[in-house]
Parts: sequence; structure tokens; C-alpha cells
Amino acid sequence: MGLEEETGGSAKDVPPTEQELSAEFDTTLQKYLRGEGADLEALKDKKLKGQLTVREKLYGNSAKAAAKFEKWLMPSEGGYLEAEGIEKTWRIKQDQITREVDILSSRNQYDIVLKDLGPYTLDFTPSGRYMATAGRKGHVAIVDMKSMELIREMQVKETVRDIVFLHNETFFAVAQKKYPYIYNRDGIELHCLKDVTTGEMIGNFRTGLGRTETMQVNPFNGVIAVGHSGGTVSMWKPTSAAPLVKMLCHHGPISALAFHPNGQLMATCGREKKIKIWDLRKFEVVQTIPGHHAKTLDFSQKGLLAAGTGSYAQVLGDFSGSQNYSRYMGHSIAKGYQIGKVSFRPYEDVLVMGHSMGWSSILIPGSGEPNFDTWVANPFETSKQRREKEIHTLLDKLPPETIMLDPSKIGTVRPYKKREKPTKEEMEAEKEAAVEAVKDIALKKKTKGRNKTSKRVMKRKVLIDKAKKPFIEKEMQEAGKLAGKRKLGEETELPASLKRFVRKKAAV
Amino acid sequence: MKVKVISRSTDEFTRERSQDLQRVFRNFDPKLRPQEKAVEYVRALNAAKLEKIFARPFIGAMDGHIDAISCMAKNPNFLKGIFSGSMDGDIRLWDIASRKTVCQFPGHQGAVRGLTASTDGSTLISCGTDCTCCLINVLSFPSCHADCACLHIQANAVYVGKNAYWAVDHQWGGDLFATTGARVEIWNHNRSQPVNTFEWGTDTVISVRFNPGEPNLLATSASDRSIALYDLRMSTPARKLIMQTRTNSIAWNPMEPLNFTAANEDCSCYSYDARKLDEAKCVHKDHVSAVMDIDYSPTGREFVTGSYDRTVRIFPYNGGHSREIYHTKRMQRVFCVKFSSDASYIISGSDDTNLRLWKAKASEQMGVLLPREQKKHEYQEAVKNRYKHLPEVKRIVRHRHLPRPIYKAKELRRTVIDAEKKKEERRKAHSTPGSIVTESVRKRRIIREVE
Repeated sequence: MGLEEETGGSAKDVPPTEQELSAEFDTTLQKYLRGEGADLEALKDKKLKGQLTVREKLYGNSAKAAAKFEKWLMPSEGGYLEAEGIEKTWRIKQDQITREVDILSSRNQYDIVLKDLGPYTLDFTPSGRYMATAGRKGHVAIVDMKSMELIREMQVKETVRDIVFLHNETFFAVAQKKYPYIYNRDGIELHCLKDVTTGEMIGNFRTGLGRTETMQVNPFNGVIAVGHSGGTVSMWKPTSAAPLVKMLCHHGPISALAFHPNGQLMATCGREKKIKIWDLRKFEVVQTIPGHHAKTLDFSQKGLLAAGTGSYAQVLGDFSGSQNYSRYMGHSIAKGYQIGKVSFRPYEDVLVMGHSMGWSSILIPGSGEPNFDTWVANPFETSKQRREKEIHTLLDKLPPETIMLDPSKIGTVRPYKKREKPTKEEMEAEKEAAVEAVKDIALKKKTKGRNKTSKRVMKRKVLIDKAKKPFIEKEMQEAGKLAGKRKLGEETELPASLKRFVRKKAAV
Repeated sequence: MKVKVISRSTDEFTRERSQDLQRVFRNFDPKLRPQEKAVEYVRALNAAKLEKIFARPFIGAMDGHIDAISCMAKNPNFLKGIFSGSMDGDIRLWDIASRKTVCQFPGHQGAVRGLTASTDGSTLISCGTDCTCCLINVLSFPSCHADCACLHIQANAVYVGKNAYWAVDHQWGGDLFATTGARVEIWNHNRSQPVNTFEWGTDTVISVRFNPGEPNLLATSASDRSIALYDLRMSTPARKLIMQTRTNSIAWNPMEPLNFTAANEDCSCYSYDARKLDEAKCVHKDHVSAVMDIDYSPTGREFVTGSYDRTVRIFPYNGGHSREIYHTKRMQRVFCVKFSSDASYIISGSDDTNLRLWKAKASEQMGVLLPREQKKHEYQEAVKNRYKHLPEVKRIVRHRHLPRPIYKAKELRRTVIDAEKKKEERRKAHSTPGSIVTESVRKRRIIREVE
């Protein structure tokens, strides 16, 4: 019934050399240092240099302590699956794994069949303890995954397209037929987001890029990526009307989108049966995996990629460290139920797939993060801890302006950029924006016969002209300058014999 | 095939009994914490705001004197008490915790100009404009009871001199004390005549301080705008520094006894290294009127100044601007300030006959803190200092309400200084390069050094 063999006779169990150990320690140290230190040689200010030297030393000490902690004091070790001999990992089936694994883990492999209520979609809380599932025909359920207990089940009597948890398991949002609704853990409807002006809506944007089918949040920096039917992926932040990035990813519509938890990789799948892995720092393709039309994609905490195609779920892993994804495991759902959504469970080696007849859960060794942090996400949270955490999260709530592509830029010095003259298009855009702003102003309603239509029209015209005036003046200035330059040029271009005919300026 | 799957048994990760503490597991990996800098920034902002909410520095006023307070003295052995002397000759011992007078001493006929306690805390020495110098035995006093009137004590010894005395200070660790007036006189407790006299120039010497590290060294300041250093072992004064304006008070840094800071009439304080008097180490500028008194914190990291402009400011020992300002509508001209010996409180004595007790750190929670509270305060302080240069946080951290006259006076000073600077720059720009040399601020106010 072996779990793992710590002292085995295989070649990999030879104790690593000192050099290898220190190299490994160095890589973990780099991870905790979070970037390069300040360049102290270039500083001339002695006081600042002294202060920074002390600080850099402190950072080094804390990074070393964290690296040592990671090496020696973590309670759990990650899972793995190794094939022996001519075996290949992607041919290993779930029942083979069941035989090798303890009873507690084998409880995580199951199929739940609910025939009537449509394809199921699901979502997990960040701690992986609770799961919210919703069937297309209105069945909504919250399940406690540790005890496999059904917390709340209800029928919303409308088409349900998607379900997500809000900050913890006490609130969830359901995308119903017309509007999204927010519910309590007890199933009480709290909000219907019908009227777009109630609540604190931060942004409402028209993409102009076509129908969107997929949307994901990048966990690293909080930007929202939306996949369009034209094959473009656009990334949005709440405070700007234009997308941050627009990438043309596929030749056809984008069917699935997923982000790696480190924020550097994105996987997209298009209808032309290719999965592309993108590097988000350079915005280029790292790898193309042909042959899959995945309806759903998901990255695990350890970087394994699950793709759900039809009734087959493929798990790809990056084992060489060079961002080259290859087959790791696969699973086909019994009786050919079509997979609607795949989702890895956080902090567990489990993949849950929502399909047309319910959901199934399988074991994928090595997909979950073995060590959780109590202050970040605690699968064993008590209600008191949950309440405290909620308050602390509220206190640390990020204002929408802090969401940006590179979140580590906060607190850094913006490099001084010489202000270039705005291009013609930019000026046009500014002019349009000013005119739009003026058009939105509501004019006072006058009474006693003073509210004639012609007067109102005249007033609006005057306002628009006033708004346009500074731009027109600037344009005239530019034109004047250009004309001046051209004049000078003209004068020098004349041949010598014709210079006598040039009109000279009267001497002052 | 070798397989291992994560399996956590509940009893390993939860507590056994309800009396146990909850188990906490940590993983410091940065990838579990996305947007950590944004979260830290929000925490810094909240910490700055909370600090302002909890900033209540004024604790209370001690009233009892009937005339302006001219001087105060700390008892090195008794943390809770402070002596104060007023312009009508009254000397009192206050209990800081209850803010009441413990004892009243027979004072002087005229104003009490200087007060000091001996290092073992047994004797209080006071001097006044009535040319007398009193020594009072202050051992063994009962703490203040609610109903009893203040005790009146007889003086141990009264020494009469020839001229009015202006200041007194006691040697650290020894049994000599120095009084100043027309000249600097060194006394012994038991002798009724001074043991030694120093004289340099004909002007009154208005303040004196002994060096905490080197007991034979003392610094004095005189009306002829000079600061003089004396060594008791030598028969002649050691060194003199003449500035452009008079120094009202001097304080030695208790942690770096080579350095002293002088509170000057030109609204700034100058820190000097006693070995090198030709250039100030640091110029501390924030007051808008003459700085009357200065005292260092026992940590040596900051000092408090009281000024004629009705405010008390706290400066860092190496920083040019104050980190804190305290003012009240009722507090008039501040003539003396003291930092309490545990570096937590500031006592200011002012023209309106009150001594006022302030907190050194305005938003500090006094009393015993639990370790978790302590850690939380330290974290808030650290995260606020990390982001205090960002505009939103800086705006909150820097914000202090100033009384209108001081705000206006500051603006005026700013205008004057800017105008002078501009003129200087223009003169420089229109003359041969190198002909006009701007003197550094640290040297500007020094006229010369005399051996």
C-alpha cells in the first residue's frame, strides 16, 4: 500500500552533494529576495548609503530565514507521479492510482451524476474547502469538500450560466438569465445587479471587439482578461476606458482562457484546435499545442494545465522548467458526458470537472500546493477565524487604482519622461472627449415662456464652440509656426539671380 | 509506478482540545501573496490615518505657581518628580503622575533663575536674581496625599554672592556645581565661597551645562553672542565660539557627549562637535521666534525645544526639521522644557504659570502593552516609514495644524529667505564665476572661533 519510498534503492536517492544543496538554497533565496538589491556603488550621499546598506543587510537576513524555513519547517511535501520502466504517466488510469493511495485520498475520486438539471459549472473558495456548483437548469448547491456535506441547495428557476464565490464561502454570485444575483450562504438573495447605477460600479466599458465568451481574472495583478469572437484577448483595469493590452491570439474565436498563478503565463484555446501558451511579459507565444479544441482550461497552483475537450480531460505539465508543456495525465469521463468546466482544487491534488450530467473528481498527483499559510487561505478555518479574516481583508481592500499590469511598480520612482507633443490623433481624441463632456451637461429648465427650443439649441451650440475653442487656437498656433518655418525655408531656396525680387521687410 | 498525493489528516492540522491555541501554519512563498506591494501601500495609508486619529499628546497641566515659570530641574534618581522655579521666587516639587505639588520650598526674594539637582538626587540647588544660591536637602519625601497641604521645607544652606545669578548646573558624578552671572563660579557643596572663578569678557554669562561624559568639561553661553567651553582642570577657559546671535541655552547629547546643541535667538538650533567648533554639524530650523530652552532625550536621538513663539518642537538629533510640534491656545511663551528620564514625556514650563505634560510620541499607547500589540505597533510604524515618501501617505504624515500667527510668520520667513536666495543667485549669475562664494548654512552664523 506504499505511499512513497523514502529510503529506496533507486538512483535518485543518493544524497545530493554540497554544491547541489547550496545551489538549491540560492534559488530559493532569490525567490525570497524579490528582485535585485539597490546599486550602492553609484550613490554619493554617504548618509543614504549607510542607511541603505543596513536595510539591504536586513532584507538578506529575512530572505535567508524564510529560505531556511521553507527547507526545514514545512509540514507537508508535494505529491508526485513517476512512471517506472516503459510505463508512461499519461496512460496511468485513476483506478491504478486508487490502489496505491491511502483511503482518505481515494475518497476524492468520485462521479456525481445528476441527470436532469443540465451541464454543471463550478467554483472553489480560495482555501479549497467549499465548492459552489450550478446546473444550467437552475440547480445551485454549496458543498463542503472536506466532509462532502451539502451545505445549501436551491433551485433558482432560471437559466444559470455561471457561479462564483465572492471573498469567502458566505457569499456567491450566480449569472442568471438576465442579471447576476448575489446570494448568502443560506441561499437568501441579497442583491440583483439589475440597475447598473446602484452599488459601486467602478467601470462600464464597451469593448467594440465582438462577442465575448470567456473572461478570467489574472490572480497575479488583478486585471481582467476577456476573450473575443475575433480571436483577440483584451485586458482591462477598472479605471481606464481603453483596454491595457489587446492581443490577437487565434484565427478563430477564443473558447477558453487561463492564467498561471505566477502571472507570467497565459493559456488560450481557439476553435482552430490549438492551445497556445503566452508569455505575458513579452506578449509572445511560448508554445503551441496542436490538436486540442478545449472548451475549458485551468492552471493548478503548481503550474499543471488541465484542458477539457469533449469528454476527455488532458493534464499537461512543465517538467523541464523551460515552459515546455507535455502530456502528464489524462482521464475520459465514463459514458461520454461532455465536460463543461475543469477546475483544480486549491491546496489539494484534485481536479474537479463539471460535465453535462453532474461533476467528477479525480486525483492528479503534484498539482496542489502542499503547504498553506493560515493567514492567506486556511482549509481548516473555524468560523471565528473566518470572521477575523473577513475584517482584515476589508481593512486591506485595494482601491481600484492599484490594479495595474505590473503590481510591483507601486512605490517606485517613475522615470522622467520628456513630454512629447501629442500627435494629431491624440489631439482629436481629446477634442472629442471635451465635446462629449459638454454634451452631457444638463441645461436648466426655464419656466415662464423662457424655455424656447431655439434658445436651447443656440445655448448648446455656444457651449460646444467654447469647448472646441482652445483646441482650434492651438491648431492655429501650430499652423502659424509651420508657416513661419516654411517662409524661412522659401527664402533660402531662391537662386541668387532672383533674390532681388524678394520683398524685403521694411527696416525698423 | 510511484505515487504520492497530498493528504492532510484533520487532527494534525486542528487543535486537540478547546483549551489549546489554534494551530498556525506558515508558508512565506511570495507567489501565495499576489499584489503584496499594493496591500502594503493600503496598510501604510491606514497606519498613517490611524496615527493621526490617536494623536493626543497633551496629558495635563500642572498649575499652582502664581508667576511665570523660569526654570525646571529633573531629579536623576526619582522619575516621577520634577522641580520648577518661577519668576516670583517660588520653588515646587511636582508629582508628575498626579500632577500635583508635593512640596513647596522657600524660594528667593526675586526670580529663580536656575535649578539643578545633584547626581545622587539628594540636593537641590537653586539660584536667583537676589544674588543668593540655596541648597536644599530633598531626600525622603512622602508622596502627595489628596488632603494634605504642601509641605514647607527649610533650606539647608544659603550662599550669598556679589552679583545676580543667571544659571546653575551640577557636575555629573562629582560634587561641584557651577553658577553663572557676571562670571562663571565653581562651588563645592560645603564651602560658602566659590572654589574657582572663570572670567572671559565683560558680559553676563546666561547659561551653563556640564558635559555628561566628561565631568570636568562645561559649556556656557554669554550675552556677547558667544559659546565658551571650560575645563575645570585648567586655570583658563578653553575655547570660545562667537556667533551672530545670542545662544539662550545649551544641551549636551547624553549618548554622544562630544556633541552639544545650542538654542539660538535666531530661531534655529545649532549642533556642534565640541572638538571642531568652526562649523556646525547640523542646523535645526523650524521655529519662528527665539528658541528659549532645549533638552535632549535620554536616548540621545531627539531633543525638545521650547520657543518664544508659544510652541514646543521635537527635533531628531541629526535632522534639519522638526518631527513634531505641540501648541495650545492657553500656552504662552515657553521658557523651559524638559524631556522626562524615561524618554516618554515632555514637560514644558511657560509664561502662563503652568507646567504642561505632553507625550513624546503623540499617538503612543502608554502603559503595558501585550506582545501582540507591541508587534502590531512596530509593524504599523515600519510599513508607514516604507511608504512615507508617496504623495498620499506623505500628505497625511506631514500634516500638522499650526496656529494662525505661526503659519503666517512661517510664510513670511519663507518669502524673505526665498527673496534673499534669489537675489544672491542673480548676483552670482551676473558676476565672474567664483567671485561670489555662498557660505554653507553650517558656517554662516559663526563669526569666529577664539582659543
